[in-house]
Amino acid sequence: MAQLTEIRFHGRGGQGAKTAGYILAVAAAEEGWNINAFPEYGAERRGAPMRSYVRISDAPIRLRSSVKHPDIVAVLDDSLLAVENVTEGMDDDDILIVNTDKSPDEIRKQLANPNVKLYVVDATQVAMDTIGRPIPNTPMLGAMAKAAGMPQLQSLKDAVDVRLGGKLSQAAIESNYAALERAYEEVTQ
Amino acid sequence: MSEVAEVRGNRVALEGNEAVAEAMRQINPDVVAAYPITPSTEIVQTFAQFVADGEVDTNFVAVESEHSAMSACLAAAVAGGRVMNATSANGLALMWEILYIVSSLRQPVILTVVNRALSGNINIHCDHSDTMGARDAGWVQLYAEDVQEAYDNLIQAVCIGENMDVRLPVMSCLDGFILSHSYELLTVEPDEEVQEFVGPYKPDNPMLDIENPKTFGPLDLYDYYFEHKRSQMEAYPAAKQAIIDEGKRFGEAFGREYGLLEEFMLDDAEFAVVAMGSTCGMIRDVVEDLREKGVKAGMLKLRAFRPFPAEEVAAALDGCGAIAVLDRAASFGAHAGPLYAEVTSALYSYGKQIPVNNYIYGLGGREILPDHLQQVYGDLQQLADAGQPAEPVSFLGLRE
Repeated sequence: MAQLTEIRFHGRGGQGAKTAGYILAVAAAEEGWNINAFPEYGAERRGAPMRSYVRISDAPIRLRSSVKHPDIVAVLDDSLLAVENVTEGMDDDDILIVNTDKSPDEIRKQLANPNVKLYVVDATQVAMDTIGRPIPNTPMLGAMAKAAGMPQLQSLKDAVDVRLGGKLSQAAIESNYAALERAYEEVTQ
Repeated sequence: MSEVAEVRGNRVALEGNEAVAEAMRQINPDVVAAYPITPSTEIVQTFAQFVADGEVDTNFVAVESEHSAMSACLAAAVAGGRVMNATSANGLALMWEILYIVSSLRQPVILTVVNRALSGNINIHCDHSDTMGARDAGWVQLYAEDVQEAYDNLIQAVCIGENMDVRLPVMSCLDGFILSHSYELLTVEPDEEVQEFVGPYKPDNPMLDIENPKTFGPLDLYDYYFEHKRSQMEAYPAAKQAIIDEGKRFGEAFGREYGLLEEFMLDDAEFAVVAMGSTCGMIRDVVEDLREKGVKAGMLKLRAFRPFPAEEVAAALDGCGAIAVLDRAASFGAHAGPLYAEVTSALYSYGKQIPVNNYIYGLGGREILPDHLQQVYGDLQQLADAGQPAEPVSFLGLRE
């Protein structure tokens, strides 16, 4: 039986859910896994709710439909909890990570399935402090590395290099490393 | 391009469109004339960057429409250059007039088509209505199952089209968004090996050979037009052979062999599904699942739709008890989908009496799921018992 991990990101256009998926995919690929990542393209508007998906497997990935039963869900914007059922398709032992400054108890009240393994991190604050912009995607991956135990923090740093190395200055890359590390430390249950 | 892409055997993560642009960079065509359109935009955008950065020698012609894009491609090809382009849906539709002229003048223009639904209503997502509509335009058509195959197909397309017995334009097709915007691992071969595989361009009767003046596209009435069309038809059996030969040669060079079609667990299959493009991957998963449950399921993946490998399709499906054909396009007013019409015609022509169901699915990007495919295989037992389809056409994932 293939070992398959399915991840769903909920974000708003412009928050980097697509890039988060790609960085996660590269990190997993660096660890030797097969990967597939793709955003859900609807109407592409800044601020509109959007999803992106990642599959990580030891077998070739041939399934290309959207992720219906995610093992891990990352919510980049807690305002989405009011408009989307982010726990859709999740079992109780699946992992939900929410970017929020609220407590886990407050967030749990907004979940259709409150029994999932919930983690919270203020990824926007981490991004402001480290990167200087409210882009929560990289810190959310740091939180995922801690909450889900995969991928390794170092693989995520390597993946940031691969995906953003040509686009960002070395200082900006370093601040993304810092964002990964701080969210890794700060994520709580 | 990132350094990792240059290492032999290295697996690089790229989006489908980036992989196509990468193949174009390695092929280094003389001319690219293009007008970008979703979801193929990033191919033209990425390649234009290669041109701007001096990574290719290509003369990039920015034009004001797809009609002009294909016209410029035709002119550059007739002049004697290796020519490439990329488009989707309405862009392909606007090229229509020139598509026929390119193939009639036997110019091996290579066009990547990122499949997208034709308007209206306006829709940017995947179906095969664009290239199915162009199926009689005289172009070779190859369909990719994944990003690796899209990359591999484009390299082979050059050699198929430029074969001296063929000299036809080729459409290398990949499913819009599902593949064009899918980020996955693939092997990008070293530049020099790709260049060695495609070889230098050999023009055939180039117009710029001014020592030997020629005429292209003249008036051709009832005295000779018919003979010219008849001679054009001769190119398609040659194209079929070239697809086989280049697929084999590609396998020898890079370890991934291709053919006109691919049989997946079809040898002893009782129930077969015929499909093209990215859906074939999901079908493999379903076939393996059904096999574990003791169902003799199989799949026939069509890689070449033009020329249509009728004899090979009939031979591959011989022995099946019931077949389903999946069409990602409607043929309005026809009794069934375009792929169904071809497959059943092939079966009939080669004397195979096998009942065949037709399913139209995925129009405008409607999602297809493994459950739909389980249903398709489930229906085949009934079809085998009944001997003929209950409905001429069924639909997957449709609200009715």
